[in-house]
This record gives sequence, structure tokens and C-alpha cells, in this order.
Amino acid sequence: MTQRKLPKLEPETAAYWTSGADGALRIQRCADCGTYQHPPFPHCSTCHGESVSPEVVSGKGHLASFTINYEPWLPGLPVPFVFGVVELAEQVQLYVFTNVLAEIDAVRVGMPLTVQFEQHGDVWLPMFREDAA
Amino acid sequence: MTLLPEKLTCITGAAQSEVGRPSKRTALQLTADACLAAIADAGLSPGDIDGIATYPGKSSEGGGIAPVSPSEAAAVLGIEPRWILASAEGFSHMAPIFNAVTAIACGLARHVVVFRSVAQAQARAVSRASTLMSGARERVDGNNAWTVPYGALSPINTFALYAQAYFAKYGATEAQLGAIAVNSRANAAHNANAIYRKPLTLDDYLASRVISSPLRLFDCDSHIDGSTAIVLSHRDAAKDLRNPPLHIEAMGMAVGGLWVGRHEGDFTSLPAAHRAGRMLWERTDLAPPDMDCAQIYDGFSIHVWMWMEALGLVPPGEACRFVEGGTRIALDGELPLNTGGGQLSAGRFHGYGHIHEATVQLWGRGSERQVRDAKTCVISNGGYGYGAMILRRD
Ligand SMILES: [Zn+2]
Repeated sequence: MTQRKLPKLEPETAAYWTSGADGALRIQRCADCGTYQHPPFPHCSTCHGESVSPEVVSGKGHLASFTINYEPWLPGLPVPFVFGVVELAEQVQLYVFTNVLAEIDAVRVGMPLTVQFEQHGDVWLPMFREDAA
Repeated sequence: MTLLPEKLTCITGAAQSEVGRPSKRTALQLTADACLAAIADAGLSPGDIDGIATYPGKSSEGGGIAPVSPSEAAAVLGIEPRWILASAEGFSHMAPIFNAVTAIACGLARHVVVFRSVAQAQARAVSRASTLMSGARERVDGNNAWTVPYGALSPINTFALYAQAYFAKYGATEAQLGAIAVNSRANAAHNANAIYRKPLTLDDYLASRVISSPLRLFDCDSHIDGSTAIVLSHRDAAKDLRNPPLHIEAMGMAVGGLWVGRHEGDFTSLPAAHRAGRMLWERTDLAPPDMDCAQIYDGFSIHVWMWMEALGLVPPGEACRFVEGGTRIALDGELPLNTGGGQLSAGRFHGYGHIHEATVQLWGRGSERQVRDAKTCVISNGGYGYGAMILRRD
């Protein structure tokens, strides 16, 4: 996709969008109760502590659901593409949105995935492909 | 049970403007059309109205989703409200109704007009991209930042994830989902103000193009220009008006999940909508089998399944089988559904078409689409925030 609309780097979100600079995915985690949360917030919404910070995760998970988008919403948006939601391996129902880099016929709910990054200037978009391992 | 504010409040009038795609009338004209007609329908004059509310207020963003403020509408109607509200947050499009209920119950207002106006067809005639979720800014912020960079520029992409997960978990089929669109179109044929009235068969549905799998063109509602207005009155002030009062038997509301960008559950339900459903039934002695008809939010067809389950009209995972073939949701079925065509066929009045249609049914104005002896109706609104309401006629 050449016409990506990039995320604005905001105080709570910049760590997620720039994490891929060193090749690792980071998800915000609470040091007090251990809960991961995404999207990141300024407090832990489980224990309400403020000790939240980005923590390296495995970058692995499975495809919780997906859709194949056929509609070229903007000029230059290549279709079809797979938009999906990944349930990360670290925690039940810890979700991130992504594009699944796979042949559209091969995509299925539950498929194992691993992260890879696509850099656009100061943003490293987490993308996911099938985890062969 | 303590006296609940909705038990003190009735719907006494309702009306819709013309619907256009696009309309030649401005959003403010359409708003005045609907409000004046609803006030007259109640047997009131504008001078009787002392409160006004809308969702969401006025914004130049969002491609005509928020074209008119309540202050503007008050000025055009020539009213002097003591109570006014624009509610962009909260429990879906029903928020101004729930807030009006509390204002009336507290004595801040006696007759409130609540309107919802949309001018999305006019906005799209200027720019097709105006209704996309990316906005005009170079970079995307807020909740949309999690999805738009991945090409998910429309809400359909998000709700397609829910549909796909539901299909995978429950073995639902495209033909089952198509029953929603087919039923809506059949009902819209009897609604002169519906935007699409040409018959639609299941084969037509299955032959339509896929926008974002498994959702097709006919799973989507359509942007329009139009306005709906509802008059709410204190029950003591409702008795001698023109229409039999429609009691607000119960209301339920919730936010969470999509609203804050944090998805709950396994994508096969809208957990916050279930919370709204539980609140709804806690506030009434009525139960789902008592409902004579249902006006269920259908921004996308999949919303209907999720809301039917959230409201306990069917058990989880059963909506797909309940609607299959359309018999049970038809006008003469056990639960007539979206009897005016819903948003899929009548146009995106943004929840208020459903409320208006409930009044049509309960006041016996349905003509060829009238549900026999309809005395109760359950209504739901919203895909990101959740509101539900039961209306009842004596
Ligand atoms: Zn914590």
C-alpha cells in the first residue's frame, strides 16, 4: 500500500508506533499487577496504578478475526488486502490491529502469526505474517 | 422498584423530514421540517416546547454527520428553551433522549423536542472521501489511529471482523446474514419515505459485490440527508395531547469496547451492548417474549444479530438461525423486525429512523406495514455506544 495514512505520534501511543526501530514489538504493561493493555493508557485500567511502560513481547499470536477489503476507499489504495486483529500470545484478548501479509485465500481465523515491521519515516507499522515455526 | 425517570416520561409526537440522496433542502431546513411536524403531531405549538436536545451537536468534520446544533434549531423554531443539550458522547444516539427523560423527570422541562439530522449525502456530493474515518488531517489520531493506517478507512472493516468471527464461531452463513437485508427491503416497499424500495431477493444479495468480507454492499446502510424529531413530555402533560402517550417502559445504556478502542470479548458479540440490554430488562416487568416488534440498529446487517443477542431476544449464537429464511422476522412473524426498512433500506437516519418507526407501529400508522395489535416495541441504537429502549402503549 502506497497511500497509507500514518498514525500521529501521541504521548501515549508513540512507543507503540516506534517500537519496531530495533525490531521488537512492545506492549504497555503494568509493573504492579502485570497486566498488558492496548491501546496504551496513562494508568493501568486494571489496578489503577501508574507504573505502566512499554515492554518487549514475543511478537507472536494468532489471527482472532480478519476481513478481506475490496473497496479502494482512496485513490491509490491497492486492493484487495487483509485487515485483521491479532490476539497476542502474552495475554487472553490482548488485541492489535494489522494487515496480514499473506495470500488472501490462505488466511483463516486462528492462523499463527508473527510480527514484522514496515517503516514509514518515524513510524514502524507492526504487520503480521504466518508463523511457520 | 423506585420510581424511574422514564416512567414519568412519554413520547407524544414524532415526525421525519423528507429523505434525500441528496436533498435540495439544507440540514437546517430539514431539521425545522421534522421538529415542526413532530410538535404539531403532538398537538403542541413551538411555544410549548421548553427543552431541545440532539446528538451529536454541530461539527464541520465527519462529512455531514453533525450538521445542526440545538441552539440553531431553537432559533429557527422560535423557541426559548430552559434546557438544552448536545450529546456527542455516551450511550449512542439515544443519549439525548435519555438525558431529556431525566430533565423532564427533574422538572427542568415539560415538553422536549429531540432531533437527529444528517446531511451526509450532501457532504459526499462534494467529496466522496468526506465520510471516511481518516479526516482531513495529514495524520490520523485518536481511536482511528489503530485501524486507519491499515487501510481500514470505513467502519465496515471493523464490523467485518465481528461478522467473520461470528461466522467462524457459530457456523453462520452468508444466506443467513442476507435475510436481514432482504427483510428490510421487503418492509421498505411499504414505507414511502424509504430510500430503497425496489424488491431485493436473496439471490440479488448473494450476487452483490463484497465490500469487506463477509460483508457485501447490501449489508451496509446508506448515507442520506434527513431529520427525525421526537417530542417527549412529562406524563402529566401528555394526557390531553393529540396522540395516546407512548410510555418509555425502560431504557438501557452502556459504553465500552469499541467506543474507547479497547475491544472486549472474542469479536463475536458487543459486550457493552449486552450491558445495555441487562440494564433495560432490569427496569421493567416485561420480558423479551412480550415484544410485539423490534427496531434494531443496522448500521451494518451484522449489528442486528449482535443486538438481538445483546437484548436477549435470542440466545448467543442463535440470531443467525432465527432470521434464516425471514419467516420469523417478517411483518406477520413472531418478531417483526425493522418494519420500516431499517437503515439498510430506509436510510441512515442514524438510529432515529428506528425510534420513529416504533412510534409508527404503536400509533397504528403503519398502513400496509402495520404489525397487528402492536403495543410494545424494543428499540436499539448504536454500533460504538449502546442505547436501548422499550416503548409501550396502553
Ligand atoms: Zn495494574
